[in-house]
Amino acid sequence: MNELVLAELRAQFPILSRQVHGKPLVYLDNAATTQKPQAVLQAECHYYEQLNANIHRGVHALSQEATDAFEQARDKIQRFIHAAHREEIIFTRGATEAINLVAHSWGRSHLQPGDEILLTEMEHHANIVPWQLLCEATGAQLKVVPIDARGGLVAGALQSLLTHKTKLVGVTHVSNALGTINPVAEIIRQAHAVGALVLVDGAQAVAHLAVDVQALDCDFYVFSSHKLYGPTGIGALYGKRSLLQDMPPYQGGGDMISQVTFARTTYNQLPYKFEAGTPHIAGAVGLGAAIDFVQTVGLERIAAHEEHLLSYATEQALQFEGLTLIGTMPEKAGILSFVLKGVHPHDIGTILDNEGVAIRTGHHCAMPVMDHYALAATARASFALYNTLEEVDALFHALRRVQKLFLG
Amino acid sequence: MSDLRDLYQEVIFDHNRHPHNFGPMPHANRQADGFNPLCGDRLTLRLLVENGVIQEARFEGAGCAISTASASLMTDALKGKTEAEANQLFTGFHQMVMGEPPAIDLGKLAVLAGVQEFPARVKCATLAWHTLTAALKNETTAVSTE
Ligand SMILES: Cc1ncc(COP(=O)(O)O)c(C=O)c1O
Repeated sequence: MNELVLAELRAQFPILSRQVHGKPLVYLDNAATTQKPQAVLQAECHYYEQLNANIHRGVHALSQEATDAFEQARDKIQRFIHAAHREEIIFTRGATEAINLVAHSWGRSHLQPGDEILLTEMEHHANIVPWQLLCEATGAQLKVVPIDARGGLVAGALQSLLTHKTKLVGVTHVSNALGTINPVAEIIRQAHAVGALVLVDGAQAVAHLAVDVQALDCDFYVFSSHKLYGPTGIGALYGKRSLLQDMPPYQGGGDMISQVTFARTTYNQLPYKFEAGTPHIAGAVGLGAAIDFVQTVGLERIAAHEEHLLSYATEQALQFEGLTLIGTMPEKAGILSFVLKGVHPHDIGTILDNEGVAIRTGHHCAMPVMDHYALAATARASFALYNTLEEVDALFHALRRVQKLFLG
Repeated sequence: MSDLRDLYQEVIFDHNRHPHNFGPMPHANRQADGFNPLCGDRLTLRLLVENGVIQEARFEGAGCAISTASASLMTDALKGKTEAEANQLFTGFHQMVMGEPPAIDLGKLAVLAGVQEFPARVKCATLAWHTLTAALKNETTAVSTE
């Protein structure tokens, strides 16, 4: 991306022009949530100013227009991740709720004592805890594919843990704590060979990589809008139609029913069976606008730009005295996780913040990863399409300030 | 604008590099573990309490400069205090980091006053104190030697 294009892109994000502690904001916490472009803000605003009504139930014009806007967002998601059918896209509050939906609905109706769920050591808590709850409820067991020193899955470990007992493999497409891009296509192939389903957590992937759920042949794919330049409180579950059809509802309420009497309720068809209650309509519309925005910029261009930022940052990190990178796989997406000798990540975070540089410090909701490296926390800079090389420089300038303060 | 130097005073760096009362304490009769789920910091506090007076206080664990310095200063301050006095100190300390005037003289603990400008770091400063409250409640007859 040349400087002019980048400047134009940045200008579309109002928040990027604000100051923090009297310094220009350098926002490098994109793995936590990305900032929102004008197009997304306008789409939400337009929805409330012109279309607002409840959906799927009114005969009046606004209700129809609101329903259309909501359903168009579903179509955009379908095309974005290349799902075969629109009814395979279920709106959720985000990645977390999507995983809970699968664990609850598919899990409780399919698992028996002795069955196994296979996860990886680098999962976000959102892709661990729902499965633990499921195991407690059903007597199934959790197994874990370990990671190696570089933050990749241990070679051959998946193969040896996959057995006829494995009913589902849960794996993150991109690790939020390490940046590792997992070879999900290969993982899915191996899992399917023993008859296990695969849920891919795409929370950290969709903003950086083109996703084709049919080419991957994954059974479930989940992501959150807010890490994709869209609003918070909305996200999606993709599930293969045949699987979703067989699954019982997750929550009961309006919209998910076809007929209710006190004796018996019949459920609505897909995708509505899984969408009880009035959804976050404006959020869905905003997510649709975010997808349009990302596709206009182009995922290939975004990936190339972020790759450039990451390699520039990695080079500087490798030369930085006392800095250790956590997560050094060759295949990474937009994440630089590190520790500094003699300085706790929280102190790094506070001092960087004082320089206007926003990063995340802590365990990143991936405590097993921290345990693996015997760390309580790391500092993490994560990149988005609007970050610049100057911002990477600002990060390392601020890190030198940390060192000066702490190490004299 | 909050000044970093108000938070990171030299004394705090000294305590972070060379914390006082750091290490195991086999003869302790009170113990509690503190955990800050936000950042993953862990701290174990051990006390020797005799006739209601804290004779010794030591801590172990890994944390940021603020939580380490706070634990170091706290364990210094606790020596010779009754349980009631220790609780008063915590109340005063808590008032200070929340930006209220402390009801009592905090002595050396006052170097942590800068925390009030950094609300995200209040939890770091109070971790040791919350652990103290737990330790004072949790009487353990004998602490195993590790
Ligand atoms: C890999 C991964 N999975 C799941 C989640 C949960 O996403 P959300 O909180 O939007 O549901 C996150 C968010 O941090 C994540 O990074």
